[in-house]
Amino acid sequence: MRAADPIDVARPVRRRTRHQRARELAPYLFIAPFFVLFLVFGLFPLVFSIYLSLHQWDPTEGLAAMRWVGFENYWFALTDPWFRRSLWNTLWFSVVCGVPQHLVALPLAYFIHTSFRRGRDAVVGAYFVPYITSSVAIALIFTTLFSKDYGVINSALHALLGIDPINWLGDAHTTKPAVAFIVFWRFLGWNVVLYLSALQVIDKELYEAAALDGCGRWRQFWHITLPLLRPMMFFAVTLTIIGNLQLFDEPFILVDPESGVSLSVMTTAIFMYRLAFSDGDFGTASAVSWLLFLIIALLTWANSRLFNRSEGPDAD
Amino acid sequence: MRRTSIALVVMAATLGWIAPGAQAQTASTTLVVATFPDLDRAAKAASATWAKLHPDITLKVVSLQYPDHHTAMTAALATGSGLPDVMAVDFRFIGKFAASGGLEDLAAAPYNGLGLRDRFARYSFPQAMNPKGGLAAIPADIGPGTLLYRKDIIERAGVTEADLTRSWESFIEAGKKIRAKTGAYLLANAADIRDIVIRSGLADGDGIYFDAHGKVLVESPRFVRAFELGRAARVAGLDAGAPAWTNEWTTGLRHGRIATQMMGSWLTGHLKNWIAPDSTGLWRSTVLPGGISASYGGSFYAIPKRAANKAAAWEFIRLMTADVQTQLDSLRVLDSFPALLAAQNDPFFDEPIAYLGGQPARRLWREIAGKVPAIAVNKYDSMATDMIRSEFEEVLTEDKPIAKALADARLLIEHRARR
Repeated sequence: MRAADPIDVARPVRRRTRHQRARELAPYLFIAPFFVLFLVFGLFPLVFSIYLSLHQWDPTEGLAAMRWVGFENYWFALTDPWFRRSLWNTLWFSVVCGVPQHLVALPLAYFIHTSFRRGRDAVVGAYFVPYITSSVAIALIFTTLFSKDYGVINSALHALLGIDPINWLGDAHTTKPAVAFIVFWRFLGWNVVLYLSALQVIDKELYEAAALDGCGRWRQFWHITLPLLRPMMFFAVTLTIIGNLQLFDEPFILVDPESGVSLSVMTTAIFMYRLAFSDGDFGTASAVSWLLFLIIALLTWANSRLFNRSEGPDAD
Repeated sequence: MRRTSIALVVMAATLGWIAPGAQAQTASTTLVVATFPDLDRAAKAASATWAKLHPDITLKVVSLQYPDHHTAMTAALATGSGLPDVMAVDFRFIGKFAASGGLEDLAAAPYNGLGLRDRFARYSFPQAMNPKGGLAAIPADIGPGTLLYRKDIIERAGVTEADLTRSWESFIEAGKKIRAKTGAYLLANAADIRDIVIRSGLADGDGIYFDAHGKVLVESPRFVRAFELGRAARVAGLDAGAPAWTNEWTTGLRHGRIATQMMGSWLTGHLKNWIAPDSTGLWRSTVLPGGISASYGGSFYAIPKRAANKAAAWEFIRLMTADVQTQLDSLRVLDSFPALLAAQNDPFFDEPIAYLGGQPARRLWREIAGKVPAIAVNKYDSMATDMIRSEFEEVLTEDKPIAKALADARLLIEHRARR
């Protein structure tokens, strides 16, 4: 009897353990899809691109053709005139598209907030539509509008001011402003919505109190609205910095990458794409992507420092 | 317990752990051909013949848009997975793919593809060969360069075909008359002149941008002249400033605002089918100005080293490239120009082309194809093309001196091609 006991007891215990284990395992399997997808499409490319940036690799030659070059790709990118040029273009777009976006969006949001009661959603929606429209569709429409010989813009300029046709997207002098305008137009609505949402949570009593103290609308805007919008301004400007430094779609689709003039709108993201898919130099392309990441991180940090400092001693 | 098991099976199926077994069985009997439009129409047209010759091997034509196809093939070569049995490669990518080492060397046994060489347009094979003599692909179609022009427009301007072709100077002079008398541009883009003139005076074995030792040639006189002539056309206001394949370009050609276009003979098919279908009888084809024979584009078929059905793939490539009837069928469905000489000698070549006002232009194109030099390709050609395009743009828009632009281009090309 004593000898049989351990067997009789052990069997149910073991079965229970297996059962328990399966039950313990099940939740992990249920959350596995996210982690598997994240590992495959999120983490792996990230880590692999660091690894790639330290190698010379033409993908058509297969994985075996990878050659360790250390930081040479980074040095190579930094000494490439096109990289410097792409950086200049990117910074130019960041400033010329980004600054007006906020200078216009903020007053516009304030105007919509204070002046529209009925139909406000429709107005906001109208400004927001470009943001949710496909960039390819936008590029196609603007290519037609900007057309040199058949475009509405040139026809209007000629009819109103007698200006000769301008090759907007085919002349290095005009491609940049044309593309910048489209980017500005596209993201204006997004910033208006951000500022509007922040305006809506400002306590109305503050304005009433200020009005009782004899403050006009301008002083209310300057002393109540602006300071209280600062957190949202920080958020919106950060998004603009990140978005503009990664600018790719609009210049890539609007200006034929095959044409010489495309160099005038070649952002760092486009340069990276061309290095990889046109020149087959995936190592340097990865290095460029990490250099771009460093620049974005640096500017975002500087932006945060700037906003923190300007909050001043009376921020609390 | 049972619930957990069901959940595990569902999870496993969701994650794709159960799928593989089913696919492997059919792979051995299916020949996968990866291609792109319009070339895919040639493979589809040949599918009936293939089915008759090889009833046991199913032909599967996978077609992606032109840039997507080449990106997908680059990725497939990189990872070694998702490779087709037969890979169509456009001329622009053949240099890079040929140098990659990811494709079967068709010069070696059992293919011995170089034995076919004499049966093809003489310049087409070297385009698919790497410096070590390996043959990465077999040409299917070629693009003899021609000057297509609007006969009605040049007649209105009092210009003759000979004025357009005698020399580059007379071409530009004719353009000035056309612009003054009809308002039409001589050509779509000043860059078109540059792209042809940089090919002038090349002999068999010469490269456009690099010599045999990899030395960069962009400061040579032909580049200087190409830049000068291109700039002259722009300064005289003779080009529409419209890069090929843009809306601006197609509209200009459609409405007769562009009088001439230098391109591969295959452009005639595009003009007829969709760019300017209403202009039947108005266009003509002639040689390129200045006595230059050049080619525009072309398509090739290759076998990846890791392809599953290499023997069948080679059979398919031979059918598509070396079979006279298939080549002629491709010509009919695509308006492509066959790389196979025997197909070029078919009586079909003497037939008049209604779109070109009854001109038997294929004879002319055959003659041009025979004169095109067998230019050596370099895997950095497309990168060098980018540099030259950009510097040319600076010459046009920023008044950058030509010598400085070409010197900068050389430095940049040397920098990029350092490895």
